[in-house]
Amino acid sequence: MDYDLIVNILYATVRTGTPLILVALGEMVCEKSGVLNLGQEGMMLMGAVIGFIAALETGNLWLGVTFAMAAGLMMSLLFGFIALNLSANQVATGLALTIFGTGLSAFVGSDYVGTPLVGIEPWHIPLLSDIPFVGRILFSHDPLVYLSFGLFVGVYLFLNRSHAGLALKAVGESPQSAKATGLPVFKIRYLAVMFGGAMAGLAGAYLSLAYTPLWAENMTAGRGWIALALVVFASWKAERVLLGAYLFGAFSIMHLVAQGLGFSVSPNLLAIMPYLATIVVLVLLSSDKARVKLYAPVSLGKPFHPAD
Amino acid sequence: MKQEMKSLAQRFAKAAGVALALFMSAQSVTAAEPVKVGFVYVGPTGDAGWTYSHDKARKYVEEQLGDKVKTTYVESVAEGADAERVIRQLAKSGNDLIFTTSFGYMNPTLKVAKQFPKVKFEHASGYKRAKNVGTYFDRIYEGRYLTGVIAGKMTKSNVIGYVGSFPIPEVVRGIDAFTQGLRSVNPKAVVKVVWVSSWYDPAKEREAAETLILQGADIINQHTDSPGPIQAAQAKGVYAFGYHSDMSLYGKDAHLTAATHNWGPVYLEKVKSVMDGSWTSTDFWGGLASGATALAPLNPAIPEDVVKLVEERKQAIIDGKLHPFQGPVKDQSGAVKVPAGEVMSDEDLLSLNWYVEGVEGELPK
Repeated sequence: MDYDLIVNILYATVRTGTPLILVALGEMVCEKSGVLNLGQEGMMLMGAVIGFIAALETGNLWLGVTFAMAAGLMMSLLFGFIALNLSANQVATGLALTIFGTGLSAFVGSDYVGTPLVGIEPWHIPLLSDIPFVGRILFSHDPLVYLSFGLFVGVYLFLNRSHAGLALKAVGESPQSAKATGLPVFKIRYLAVMFGGAMAGLAGAYLSLAYTPLWAENMTAGRGWIALALVVFASWKAERVLLGAYLFGAFSIMHLVAQGLGFSVSPNLLAIMPYLATIVVLVLLSSDKARVKLYAPVSLGKPFHPAD
Repeated sequence: MKQEMKSLAQRFAKAAGVALALFMSAQSVTAAEPVKVGFVYVGPTGDAGWTYSHDKARKYVEEQLGDKVKTTYVESVAEGADAERVIRQLAKSGNDLIFTTSFGYMNPTLKVAKQFPKVKFEHASGYKRAKNVGTYFDRIYEGRYLTGVIAGKMTKSNVIGYVGSFPIPEVVRGIDAFTQGLRSVNPKAVVKVVWVSSWYDPAKEREAAETLILQGADIINQHTDSPGPIQAAQAKGVYAFGYHSDMSLYGKDAHLTAATHNWGPVYLEKVKSVMDGSWTSTDFWGGLASGATALAPLNPAIPEDVVKLVEERKQAIIDGKLHPFQGPVKDQSGAVKVPAGEVMSDEDLLSLNWYVEGVEGELPK
């Protein structure tokens, strides 16, 4: 392992972790409000396809990113209507949203499959990118990666240092008590769901506009599901989401690097890693009733009627 | 090909008298009615890749036969129950011939074929046939051998990166054929393989290609379906080969050429044989000689003498004077697997599960 290789592995780790961070932060905020949305994969795909089409047709990549976020948002509104207004089962609604998003994105994007596009270029931050080691790893990426840093800080501060974040958590723990103290439970949950949708759309845009600038059916390749596992794995803490996403990223990069160095790791074993880790965490969490209360939002996945 | 066409034309003329009667009885096709051909695709038709190569051939058949043929296609059909439904629908709606273009359609095709004995089916890449089900595939490894010759001449680092999907015989055959071509002109060059465990994950494929470039590869080849590796090569300023179809759109400078499927002539012949009633269930496996395998246009960066060498080798394969796996073929340990003077049998090619000399690392089992 030489210096260059290590730097490049870490650089690739940051890049691979970015879409996971974006979608997982959104889902975590959504789950903190007590709503479980399994539609990440579908929302990401819609973000990826709409973002790509918008960027191609307008010639403006940032307009593409904006459209992608709007597409994710629209998808989450659909989820919100069914799961919140109609109090449908959230698990079923989320799954349906993923199936719907997968199909709709394929339909909308069918004329754009394989169309080339010049994607978002890396932007080396002056001065910062010249710092040895760290400069290459953290400050030589495309702007969406920097945005993911900023969003992480934003979400962290929001959840841990703000009144609004407290209100969100209160709603997720006990919507009844929150309502009794005068919090608009319904509105807060809707906003959380919408934030999750916009973030999933942004994660999709990262894939189709920056990482591999192209549209292809199902190009998210299960990253939405990995992000869901990641939120549990991180036990609903922003800093752990960041760490977990980079860990997953590092895992998959290391696996590729190891093969190039002549080690053969079973690829299938690696594919189950994130899920295995999640199951282990769930087992550890649920082994102690008190700890479950500490981490998972108590009302997660339970519908709440405004009339309740 | 020309020869085949000619004999086909002769056969066509000979059969013309009989044909009409045949059309009336067995074929349920009349001279006035166009022959109806259905296609089932596993992906979207798009602008590149596996399904695109089949749809290009469908359009070619339409161009060649004009209003004598009517084609229908269904894209993005998942392998399994969905496929069966779609194939049955196509059979029901009066198609005379149906091409099912993915390995996973094998059993659904056979199942539907049983229920529609009058309809002819052609299944790509499978190994099960029936009275009204034929199979066909191309010898893409011959094209890969030629890309190996180019790589051997163009590499400076003598390390070639290969992005693999799954370690199955089809993929191993491609890696080995490529390596044979590579080492035939440059015995110092080696191939590093990285498996991504997916046929299609653009981000992961790109990451795998970048990892290989990082480890000294200055040319990337792939047996996955997305242009991710080409994008990586373009960004890093190294060369790459496309697969399935011309992928130069994704990296004009990086794209040396691509090993491509050229199903047009194959499909045309199959459709014509249904028209003249001569269709029988066969197992077609043709390569450069039949035109089913071809190279995409070569990058102008390839020097004149290399272009000439590739042409010579291609002609030698077409004439049967050269086989990518002609002895002596050694495995990684240096043991001779195919003795001098012999070539690897088709049976061995189809079940190939070891690396030839020149591939680094272990084949995951």
